Amino acid sequence: MRAGEAHALLGENGAGKSTLVKMLYGLLQPDAGEVYWRGAPAALPDPRAARALGIGMVFQHFSLFEAMSVAENVALALDVPEPLPRVAERLAAVSRAYGLPLEPGREIWRLSVGERQRVEIVRCLMQDPRLIILDEPTSVLTPQEAEGLFGTLDRLRTEGRAVLYISHKLEEVRRLCEAATILRGGRVVAACDPRAESAASLARMMVGAEVGAARRAEGGDDAGPVRLSVHALSLPPDEPHGVGLQDVSLELRAGEVLGIAGVAGNGQDALFAALSGERIAPAADRIILDGAAVGREDISARRRRGAAFVPEERLGHAAAPRFRLSENALLAGHATEGFAPAGFIRRSRLLGVVDRVTAAFDVRKGPRDPEARALSGGNLQKFVVGREILRGPRLLVVCQPTWGVDAGAAQVIRQAILDLARGGAAVLVISQDLDELLEITDRVAVIFHGRLSAALPTGWTTREEIGLLMGGATPAEAA
Amino acid sequence: MTLLEAILLTVITASTPLLIAAIGELVAERAGVLNLGVEGMMIMGAAAGIAVAITTGSSAAGVAAAILAGMALAAIFGLLVLGLATNQVAAGLALAIFGLGLSGVVGAPFVGVPRDGIGKIAVPFLSDIPFLGPVLFRQDPFVYASFALVVGVAWFLGRTRAGLVLRACGESAAAAHALGFKVLRIRFLALLFGGACAGLAGAYLSLVLTPFWTSGMTSGRGWIALAIVVFASWLPWRAVAGAYLFGGVTILQLHAQGAGVPVPPQAMAALPYLITILALVLIMRARGGGSAAPAALGTPFVPDR
Repeated sequence: MRAGEAHALLGENGAGKSTLVKMLYGLLQPDAGEVYWRGAPAALPDPRAARALGIGMVFQHFSLFEAMSVAENVALALDVPEPLPRVAERLAAVSRAYGLPLEPGREIWRLSVGERQRVEIVRCLMQDPRLIILDEPTSVLTPQEAEGLFGTLDRLRTEGRAVLYISHKLEEVRRLCEAATILRGGRVVAACDPRAESAASLARMMVGAEVGAARRAEGGDDAGPVRLSVHALSLPPDEPHGVGLQDVSLELRAGEVLGIAGVAGNGQDALFAALSGERIAPAADRIILDGAAVGREDISARRRRGAAFVPEERLGHAAAPRFRLSENALLAGHATEGFAPAGFIRRSRLLGVVDRVTAAFDVRKGPRDPEARALSGGNLQKFVVGREILRGPRLLVVCQPTWGVDAGAAQVIRQAILDLARGGAAVLVISQDLDELLEITDRVAVIFHGRLSAALPTGWTTREEIGLLMGGATPAEAA
Repeated sequence: MTLLEAILLTVITASTPLLIAAIGELVAERAGVLNLGVEGMMIMGAAAGIAVAITTGSSAAGVAAAILAGMALAAIFGLLVLGLATNQVAAGLALAIFGLGLSGVVGAPFVGVPRDGIGKIAVPFLSDIPFLGPVLFRQDPFVYASFALVVGVAWFLGRTRAGLVLRACGESAAAAHALGFKVLRIRFLALLFGGACAGLAGAYLSLVLTPFWTSGMTSGRGWIALAIVVFASWLPWRAVAGAYLFGGVTILQLHAQGAGVPVPPQAMAALPYLITILALVLIMRARGGGSAAPAALGTPFVPDR
């Protein structure tokens, strides 16, 4: 990489991108090979050494301390200790210079995701780095916030700083980077200029095979009868700093895929919990499923009515990490599938489910029935989604169906969702991935601070309009 | 000396060991390590302190031995939970039981051997102030040390960079590691400090409060120190309030028994523990169920290298 260059590091999940940059930042040690920095071999025993050379990193999962203030978080990353008031002063200066407004005294838990990322970036810039590594920086941002980030990065490049950029979003890479290195299975398989490639050709290099978009059902626009309707549902937040629901209404018809867009932490958790029955609605008639008021029913009762649910967190919420897949199938289907007549577990039936999901969704695993935590993220996601879809539900509520899943697995899951809707089921997809929602939904609504906008027909809306709604604009402003 | 003066003096002596042990545990917990073995480290301090003091005839040597004994037990705990990433609750409970047992062996030759306590230090002039003087400024060195510890720890945690780093380890070990801090080393040092404080608190019991050895003489004070850390919401100044609340109730119930209050003595003796539970419940309710605990408290950390 050269000074002032924006270089993309591409690859599927598990291709070794994070491992590579952790070595560059001194968090991991290579078994063999050398890193050259400004023409000389560099020793990178720990992050301190990397920072001393001028290598800074902005992490994918924020490495911030929630209970501490912005200034304290920044002070922790400085290798030359400075008194806190001085840190706060310099921080204010840097954040002004780069157009990244921040209040030094605020605690991290009070900040939005976009603001947290600003803290990470400012913290990195305070070291005056020559190389800045960003690990999937836009995965949690609205399109407008991402544009702001690109502006900052362009500015950094004109100052002669190099940017190493890891992302799944190929359009972004083509917009931002002038060189790309592609990893597959821990090896460099290609190097190219992304501006001269298409998103499809980049994806092909990453996966090593053709990746198509999910195909929409033909003539699937005929709306069926209303299957799920939510009417003026409000829920208080379930934790001190959380977001609840305010006056949420929606209608979902059979054969339709409705998307809920929004930046993380705007009430998606509460909405999912309310729909699945993990949290009970204040009154039964707030949630109507196939004409029955189910607001006061628990999750098993709703499942018996033909609903299915896939929560966001696959390990720990959708699946118990140390349970086998068959046992996880039992946990999800105990009320509906007859897995345990008279209280005795029918193992053969459970294994049958595991085999059927494995075959239908191409779940790659070693043994026939491994523990859930032994599966890679994408394969476990295929399993937890497949487990619900193979039940043939009349309603599917799925949260972040392809979060952190590689392109191939994501395509399988999206296609399955579309096929399910085509078969007459109603599907609600809660996702932060706008591209995904635009690809598979018929209508999109946006959730912001616990309020849900009216649903817009996907064909009639634009990324910009949804992005503005995600940032809190009113529909009139966004239109 | 008035009755009130006498009561206040005994409250201070009852509260001081709790305060010292609690402040040490507070530092360990702010670094993210839950050490339930305070009782074990404390009684080892008491046993080692009196054994060395009687053998050498020097109280200072006894205190030093107590501190080292507490640190030695903390080091064993550190090797288990930091080096081998074992479960902190199980290892802490084991440490408490281990300390109680081992102290019995160490202290066996010294059972009932009487010894003079450690003298009080009168601060010149200030100790001559009527009423306040004798209460506040004619105390044994441990009392002064306990307050010096509170001030020092509060300053360290709140005002120094090293304190900031220590708190960072208790908030998120992974994030602190990502910034290049040696999380395990910092946690180990915090544990050693906690052990030293527990040992010192033990020395106070066997060298000052009741200057002879009986096995099990800590009688649950280590557990109370743990409760005080929660009571204090991990803030040093509030630990003073917690320790003196418990110490005060302990002494008051003794005086109430002496005054012939018609309540069974067993019930009175249980009062300080009941008050502690009550205070914890009330604090949790006032906070609305949320916790002020360090976010990574009790979570083992294994750096991936």
